[in-house]
Amino acid sequence: MSTRVGRRRWDRVVGPWRHPWGLAAVTWIYILWALLPVLVAVQFSFNAGRSRSNWQGFSLRWWTGDVSSLMRDPQLWVTMRNSVVLAVLTMLITTPLGVALAVGLTRWRGPGRGPANLLMLVPLVTPELVLGSALFLAFTRVYETVGIRPVAALVGGLPVLGGLAERVGTITTAQIVGHVTLNLSYVVVIVRGRLLSIPAQLEEAAQDLGATPGQALRTVLVPLLGPAVFAGLMIAFATSIDDFVISAFLLADATSETVPVRIYGGVRTAPTPALNALATAMLALSLLAITLAIAVPRLLRRGEAKTADAVTEFASLDL
Amino acid sequence: MPERTGGRRTARRPRALWPALAGPGVAWLVVFFAVPLYAVLAVACGRDDAAGDPQPVWNPLRWSLGRRAVPELGVPGDGFRGVWAGLGDGTFGPPALRTFVYVGIALAACCLIGYPVAYYVARHGGRRKGLLLGLLLAPFWISYLMRMLAWVNLLQPDGYVNDVLDAVPGLSGRTWLDGGPVPLVLGLIYGYVPFFILPLYAALDRLDVRLLEASRDLHAGAVRTFLHVTLPLSRQGLLAAAVITALPMFGDYYTHDLVSPSNRTTMIGNQIEAFLRQGSGQRTGAAMVVVLAAFLAVLMVYYLVSTNAAAREAR
Repeated sequence: MSTRVGRRRWDRVVGPWRHPWGLAAVTWIYILWALLPVLVAVQFSFNAGRSRSNWQGFSLRWWTGDVSSLMRDPQLWVTMRNSVVLAVLTMLITTPLGVALAVGLTRWRGPGRGPANLLMLVPLVTPELVLGSALFLAFTRVYETVGIRPVAALVGGLPVLGGLAERVGTITTAQIVGHVTLNLSYVVVIVRGRLLSIPAQLEEAAQDLGATPGQALRTVLVPLLGPAVFAGLMIAFATSIDDFVISAFLLADATSETVPVRIYGGVRTAPTPALNALATAMLALSLLAITLAIAVPRLLRRGEAKTADAVTEFASLDL
Repeated sequence: MPERTGGRRTARRPRALWPALAGPGVAWLVVFFAVPLYAVLAVACGRDDAAGDPQPVWNPLRWSLGRRAVPELGVPGDGFRGVWAGLGDGTFGPPALRTFVYVGIALAACCLIGYPVAYYVARHGGRRKGLLLGLLLAPFWISYLMRMLAWVNLLQPDGYVNDVLDAVPGLSGRTWLDGGPVPLVLGLIYGYVPFFILPLYAALDRLDVRLLEASRDLHAGAVRTFLHVTLPLSRQGLLAAAVITALPMFGDYYTHDLVSPSNRTTMIGNQIEAFLRQGSGQRTGAAMVVVLAAFLAVLMVYYLVSTNAAAREAR
C-alpha cells in the first residue's frame, strides 16, 4: 500500500503527467541537428575564400563579384529559372487536374471507378527511381516524337505558346510531364481527404434549391475545398522545386538543369561557394513561397482562421 | 423513407459529370504512368533491333528473358538472365546486400531518433506545437540535395565536424569522405528522418489520451504504459513511416554519389542508373527495375494487408 500512497503524493507535487525533459531535449537536439548544417551551408555562400569548409571572412563575391558568382554566371541563372518555371508549371497543371480527379473519383459510382482509384493510388507508392526510369524509357522508346527535348522544340511553331516557350526557358517537356505525374496523386489524396469531410447534404441542398450539379459544384464545393486546393498547390510547388531524380532522368543537356541537378553535378566536380549561393537563393525562394502560402489564406479569411491550415493539412497527410 | 428513394435525384444529376471530371486525370495517369511502367517490362523482355539497340517488345507472347551469357567469349548476358548472372558474379549481389544493410541500419536509426521526437511533439507540444511542427516540416522545404551539400561541406578535412572533434583526443584529423559506408549511412539517416517523423506524428497525434490515463489509473508505470499501450497503438504509424522511408531509400543513388562516391559502397540504385543510361545495358537495367519494383510491391502489399487488418480490428 505504501507505494500507492507514495505515488499519489508524487502526483500532487508534479501533476499527473510530468513534463518529459528528456524527450524535450532529444527533440530540440534533433531540430538543431536537422537545421544547423543547412545554416552553415548558407553561411559559406558568404565566404571570402574559395573554400566551402574553412571560414575566411565575409564577402559577397560568390553572389555578385566573381565571374563564376551567382549573378554573373549565366549557367547558374538558367538553372534557377528552370527550377522556378518547372515548379510553377507543375503547380498550375497538377492542381486543376488533381482537384477534378478527386471530385470525380469521390462522386462517381459507375464501373471503372475501382481501377481508376487503383491507378491513382499506385504512384503514391512508386519509388522515384522506378518512375524516373519508366518515364525515361517511355520518352526515349515510346513517345519518341516528344522525346527528351526542350519545350520550345514541341510547341515552338504554335502562335502564342511558341513565343511563351521561347521566353519561359529550356526545361524539357518530359520534365514537366514527369513532375505532374509525380505530384498528381498527392493532390488527389489531399483534396479527397477534405471532400470526405464535407457532408454530401450541402450539395444536395443546393440542388434541391434548384442548382444544377455543375452549379452546386461551383458554388458549394469549390469554395469549401479552398484550403485543400491551396495545400495541393503548395505541395506541388515544394515537391517540384525539391525533386532531383525525375529532373535528372529527363534531362536533355546542361540547358535543362534544375538547381538540385546542378548541385549534384557541382558537388561531383569542382565546387565553389557559388554553389552554396545557388542553394541559398533557392532556399530563400522556398521560404518566400511558404510564407505566402501561410499568409495568403489568413489574409483572405481575415484572421478568423486557425494558424496555418494548409501546413497542418500537409502535416497530417497520412498515406 | 419515401423521400430518400432517390430516383428523382439521380435522374436530375447527369451521370456524365463525374466521369468527365475524372477523365483528364485518369487519361494522364494511363498515358504517363501506366504505359511507361509497361514500357519498362517491354524493354526488359525486349530484343535488339538490327543496329544492336535494345527495343521494347509489346506483345507478352514474344517476350524473352534476355541473352544468355557466354563467359568463354566474354559476352555478358542481359535482361533477366543478366540480372541473374549479375547476382552471382558480383555486379548485383554485393550492391543488393549492401542496400539491405544500409537501409536496415538507417531505418532503425530513424526509428530511434524519430519516435521520441514525434511522440514529444504530438503529446507534449503544448503551446509550442505550431512552432515545433513548423520546424519539423522545415526540411521538406529545403532541397534534399542542399542538405547533402551541407554535410559534404561539414565533413571536409578542414570542416566544422573535424574542428569540433579535434577537441576530443583520439578523434582528431579523421577523413570522413573517403568513400566508406559511415558517411553514406549517416547521410541516409539525415536525409530521411523527416519523412519518418511525419506519418508517425500523425498516428501519435490521434492517440486517445484516455487510454494512457486508464493505463496510469491501473498503476502501470511509464515504461509499461509505453510498451503495452502507446507502442501497440502506434504500430500502424510506425509501419507507415517505415514504408514511406524505405521505398525511396531502396531506390536512392544520389546520396551515394554525393557523400561516398566509391565502388565499396555502390547501392542497387547506382547500378540501375548506370545500366539504364548506357544503350547496350539498358535491357539489364530495365530488368533490374522490374525486380526492384516487384520486391517493393511485396512490401507494399504486406503493408496494405496489415493496415486493412488493423482497420477491421478497430471496427
